[in-house]
Amino acid sequence: MKVIKIDKKHWAGGIEKSRSAYRLFGPVMVENKDFSEFKELDAGEMPDMKATDTRTSPKSICFPPEEVMLEYSTDEACDDCNLMKVPEKNYSPRAAIGIRPYDAAAYLVVKKNFDTPEYRDPYWCDAYEACTFIGLAVNHPSRLDFSTSTNSGPFDESGLDVLLVDMGDHYFAKVITEKGDAYLKAAGWEKSAGKDAEQQIKDLKTQAEKAIQSTVSFDRIKEKSIMDLHGAEFWNDIAFSCINCGTCTYVCPTCWCFDIQDETRGKTGVRIKAWDSCMYPLFTIHTTGHNPRETKVQRVRQRFMHKLKYYMDKYQEGIMCVGCGRCIRSCPVNIDIRRVCQVMNG
Amino acid sequence: MLAYIDKIKEISDRLLQEKKVDLIIGFRKGTLPMMNEPCFVRSSADVKNLVWDSNCGINLANYLTNRKEKIGVIAKGCDSRNIVTHIIENKISRDQLVIIGVPCKGMIDRRKVYAAAGQEVTEVVEQSDAIVIQFAGGEKTVKKTDVLQDNCAICIHRNPVISDEMVAEPVEEQKGVDRYEDVRRVEAMSPAEKWNYFEELLAPCIRCYACRNACPLCYCPTCFVDESKPQWVGKTLDPIDTRTFHFLRAYHCAGRCTDCGSCVRACPMGIDVRAFTKKLEKDALELFGWEAGMSLDVRPTLDTFKPDDPNTFIK
Repeated sequence: MKVIKIDKKHWAGGIEKSRSAYRLFGPVMVENKDFSEFKELDAGEMPDMKATDTRTSPKSICFPPEEVMLEYSTDEACDDCNLMKVPEKNYSPRAAIGIRPYDAAAYLVVKKNFDTPEYRDPYWCDAYEACTFIGLAVNHPSRLDFSTSTNSGPFDESGLDVLLVDMGDHYFAKVITEKGDAYLKAAGWEKSAGKDAEQQIKDLKTQAEKAIQSTVSFDRIKEKSIMDLHGAEFWNDIAFSCINCGTCTYVCPTCWCFDIQDETRGKTGVRIKAWDSCMYPLFTIHTTGHNPRETKVQRVRQRFMHKLKYYMDKYQEGIMCVGCGRCIRSCPVNIDIRRVCQVMNG
Repeated sequence: MLAYIDKIKEISDRLLQEKKVDLIIGFRKGTLPMMNEPCFVRSSADVKNLVWDSNCGINLANYLTNRKEKIGVIAKGCDSRNIVTHIIENKISRDQLVIIGVPCKGMIDRRKVYAAAGQEVTEVVEQSDAIVIQFAGGEKTVKKTDVLQDNCAICIHRNPVISDEMVAEPVEEQKGVDRYEDVRRVEAMSPAEKWNYFEELLAPCIRCYACRNACPLCYCPTCFVDESKPQWVGKTLDPIDTRTFHFLRAYHCAGRCTDCGSCVRACPMGIDVRAFTKKLEKDALELFGWEAGMSLDVRPTLDTFKPDDPNTFIK
């Protein structure tokens, strides 16, 4: 395992240098707001490595809120009349700088949905394959971070190509994959960190994991039957305060649902993939007008059952949550997935 | 306001014991600082879970829509005005409700507290007029009036306008408040400046509809943005669609909005949604002398007309 030392004096220069080979994505503060977002960086724009807890998650790097899948024209004068075509896409190498380790781990969760033996979502997969994940370890976890309970953690390497660790005046860059190695070379960071770097990273990791105060348990959910959980009394209590907005699903790094919409203008049109939310009645309504999830309680139950039970039963790899705490922080009425998990596990 | 809770519990317990209501709608302690969660209580044994402090900003009228039970509901000034509006608009009937009125001195804007702390807040302790913000390695005391929600700071109807039980004597109403300084600032802008102002205001919107869903006025069985046959509005973050949603929603609230601040409080992206609704509130007041939800006995300004209306279009 190789560890590179990046002096912070060489940080901006390296980022700049890497732009010739990569489209860069990173956290930046939103203008006039007290929060940051993960976005494609403009020319000259630097990732704000102090603002990596973005309000919405970095899932948008490969799964933007909306994306044109196909375009068409019904103009008979045009060669491709009435044919759906994939528009030109840019899958040149891209890099996510400063992504949180658990946010990168969320990509592995989402991948289970978009990249299966039967179906491959080309838009997500092509973007994912083009992306190098340069994560920043969380030295000081927030009070809402429960990532150590969810198979992830503040130094989790599973979704990353490089793990950066902030050491004050320099970063250690732990190379995890060849993709990561290639990025560091493109940035011109090649100075070995020396022998004890790995031990220092390990110590910080232990320290960060110890600092996490928030945990969830789902061992008993696993043993419970779906029907018992589905029919449980507690859903009325859990769902009562919910206003059925889409905040939790939109800020979540693992929520993968989308809608497909056609938008037409004159004789041309596009077919769009756009984020959708199981909190919305429209999500499930049939063309007949029948809605199998007509009430709020049904929709709230669906979200938590999917994350904490169906997913776990289907993939046998824990829950569909990486413990980032975004939904807890942003929920207008304080519905807390940790509390719901505790109730379900009770 | 902190002293209210004992009285709230006493009234709630009595109403449940005497079977005057099937449930009480109030707040329980949340899991984050400055976040209490709306909840219902059906039995005396659970009354102990109710809380009251300056973190009860969510408008509970929103939880009454189309309910069938007999309900005891805790109501601040703004909630009570939305309850009046709900009754007038037939979303709940007066005789289903026992309104437990709470004279209010304003709710805390958690974002202002976070800004004052400048770091992650571990706990917030409320004293009568001060807020003690605790964080790793220290604490800071701020005046409550410095961290009130914007709408609370200019509120002139803190006392419930309708109630069956009051938890305390009315508080003094704020006098001499300039409620529309911000609206006038926008009104004075050139069309281009206005356009930019609203464009920037809406730029962070993610179309989660938290503003709409937190609003007691937004109870349409199917919102126009959710109509699919025909579909009036696109689903993406296209600025035209986002704008359409916000503009139309605001106009649906004209003459109905009580400036309870729920929309702003709910928005995960920190958008000042009140920038839309306040202009309409000002117009309703200045053009029709109308304030929403003040009385059960007067029809709302937008569902009446006068034969001597100065405009000709209605004649």
